[in-house]
Amino acid sequence: MGISRRNFFKIVTAAGATATAARPAQAWQSHAPSAPYGCLVDLTRCIGCRKCEQACNEVNHLPKPHRSFEDLTVLDRKRRPDEKAFTVVNRYYSGMIDDRDQLIPTFVKLQCMHCQDPACASACIVGALSKQENGAVSYDVTKCIGCRYCMVACPFEIPAYEYHDPITPRVMKCTFCYERVAESGQLPGCAEVCPVEAITFGRRETLLNVAKERIKKNPGRYIDHIYGENEVGGTSWMYLSSQPFDKLGFVPLPDKPMPRLAETIQHSLYSYLWSPIVLFGMLGGIMLAFKGKGDRHDDQKGGI
Amino acid sequence: MSHHPAPVNSRFWTPGVVVLCILAAAGLATIIARYIGGIGYVSNLTTARPWGLWIGVDVASGVALAAGGFTTAFLAHILGKHYYEPVIRPALLTAMLGYTFVVLGLLVDIGRSWAIWKPMLNWNPSSVLFEVAMCVMFYLTVLYIEFIPVVAERFKGRVNLPGFLSALNRILDSLLNLADRVLSKIMWIFVILGVVLSCMHQSSLGALMLIAPTKLHTLWYTPILPLLFLSSAIAVGYPMVVFEATLATTSLKLDSEMKILTPLTRFTVFLLGIYLALKVGDMVIRGTYVYLLDGTAQTNSFLIEIVFGVLVPWLMLLFPKVRNSRRWLFTACTMIVGGVLLNRLNVFVVGYRPPVSEANYFPSMGEVIITMGMIAGLMLAYRFLITYLPVLNAPEKEVTA
Repeated sequence: MGISRRNFFKIVTAAGATATAARPAQAWQSHAPSAPYGCLVDLTRCIGCRKCEQACNEVNHLPKPHRSFEDLTVLDRKRRPDEKAFTVVNRYYSGMIDDRDQLIPTFVKLQCMHCQDPACASACIVGALSKQENGAVSYDVTKCIGCRYCMVACPFEIPAYEYHDPITPRVMKCTFCYERVAESGQLPGCAEVCPVEAITFGRRETLLNVAKERIKKNPGRYIDHIYGENEVGGTSWMYLSSQPFDKLGFVPLPDKPMPRLAETIQHSLYSYLWSPIVLFGMLGGIMLAFKGKGDRHDDQKGGI
Repeated sequence: MSHHPAPVNSRFWTPGVVVLCILAAAGLATIIARYIGGIGYVSNLTTARPWGLWIGVDVASGVALAAGGFTTAFLAHILGKHYYEPVIRPALLTAMLGYTFVVLGLLVDIGRSWAIWKPMLNWNPSSVLFEVAMCVMFYLTVLYIEFIPVVAERFKGRVNLPGFLSALNRILDSLLNLADRVLSKIMWIFVILGVVLSCMHQSSLGALMLIAPTKLHTLWYTPILPLLFLSSAIAVGYPMVVFEATLATTSLKLDSEMKILTPLTRFTVFLLGIYLALKVGDMVIRGTYVYLLDGTAQTNSFLIEIVFGVLVPWLMLLFPKVRNSRRWLFTACTMIVGGVLLNRLNVFVVGYRPPVSEANYFPSMGEVIITMGMIAGLMLAYRFLITYLPVLNAPEKEVTA
């Protein structure tokens, strides 16, 4: 062995440090489409008629529910979207009262938010979930293995699972009516049917301008917050409200896109597999340096 | 101390083995129920709680507790400390079986078990899980390759299949010979590869949760979660070797291996110390200690994890008296193993709280039975393989005789 063990460690450490420092810190890059479609939900307009739920059910050929869509007592209980309903409407009493001291309800439609930088798509082991140019976060069942990491990742707890299908379960969530929008130029089922125009469909940029306009032109009607403008880096579905969002079941979320930290770590460590290669080289070097210098079989002391 | 691995020469059908068989059979029956009625039929998993006991124990803990494989390989084969040779094969066998059962556990947990090969074709390099899956796949292959010499040593020149299979005897024998000859030349590649792959996916298992900052409790959610997973896996490697060596030598009435285990755990003082320092340092720097006394289930689980799973056993190991006592060493190492297991369970189950639905989760009977069945199956496979293959150290008397 030409080099001493101590010198060898110096070389290895220096090599490792150089390899680390030589890599420029890669800034994380958003993969968000530039001009996606979106929907603006104006909660001050929604009357809780559940027509959007019905349209969604029909457009997506989902199983008929046990209770009809006309039955408004369904609203007595808070619901979450599930594998049989991609969108649900919930009723909240935020404390607002009318001139006869009656509580005024606020109705909140829930569905996939179609994030600009979706955590589910970043997490998906096979890339079965992907953000489309038109804004939709789409699911490709032919790739899916059913690991449910998308469900772990989603900050809105949206993707549902067909837990009772033993062999071919699917992840189920709002599709943004991708085919209707992309292929036949129609609106998403829910946006088309809404009788009070609570759901506005359009380019996300346009919708943001519409929302800001409404806030400006109707002083007192809205709080100055468009939910989804900045949350998790922005979502294709956005909400306007007269009440603070935390009173309506919306959780406060960071403005930072969810995949950012994990992707930054992942890419800075594993692009071109540089770190495993360096580690392999270092271990190989150590192995060579210690060859014949370790203890013998009959060494009674052992240890270091 | 001489090192002569040999098949274990004691009765296979003991009462313990019968109990393991019953547990494994119950697990198997429940797995069949899962493939008839679906995951929802046997588990309490929901939209908001998609990962539960199976991911926390069968997969995450399974991977962590198989760390004895790469940590002993590093010590004996890369640092050349051949003194520790006798614990290599048991650790290798445990790692091989551990990872095999991780994959079996995954097959039960994922919805489309038959599609498990799809990540090989559909790559998503931004997915942490993709990297974990690739590493686990390659590492399992490496482990099987590393185990081939053990099989070759036992059956080389002695392949004797019964009945019509006897036609294959000569082919198998020459295959074993060839593999043994080739592998002895290139084994170093697989040894290093095994360590590299282990470092990669042990850390990435922690990175899995970084995508869910709003769901994982702040006590565990930290940017250094991958480093904590890696350092705890490295730290738990030797305690796991002590844990199984003590269990094996006691139940099979073999010679105690304290002469190797005691010096081995001197490394653990150092390695577990690093993990403890990282864990406490992280808590201090992020200021999360303010949660420690709020009395919630998560906080209490965190306290148990760090006090009884890391701090106390670390302090115990500082004393040579503990390291030299078979009973106390086993106690300390069991606590470390339990601490890492609880850590993985905390990160994937206890500390996971979805803020929107605030859904709770407690494992169903079906989930518990399948997990216990998996563990029983692993122990049975271990017991079976050490009976037929030279893995454990033969008693001294027999060797000298």
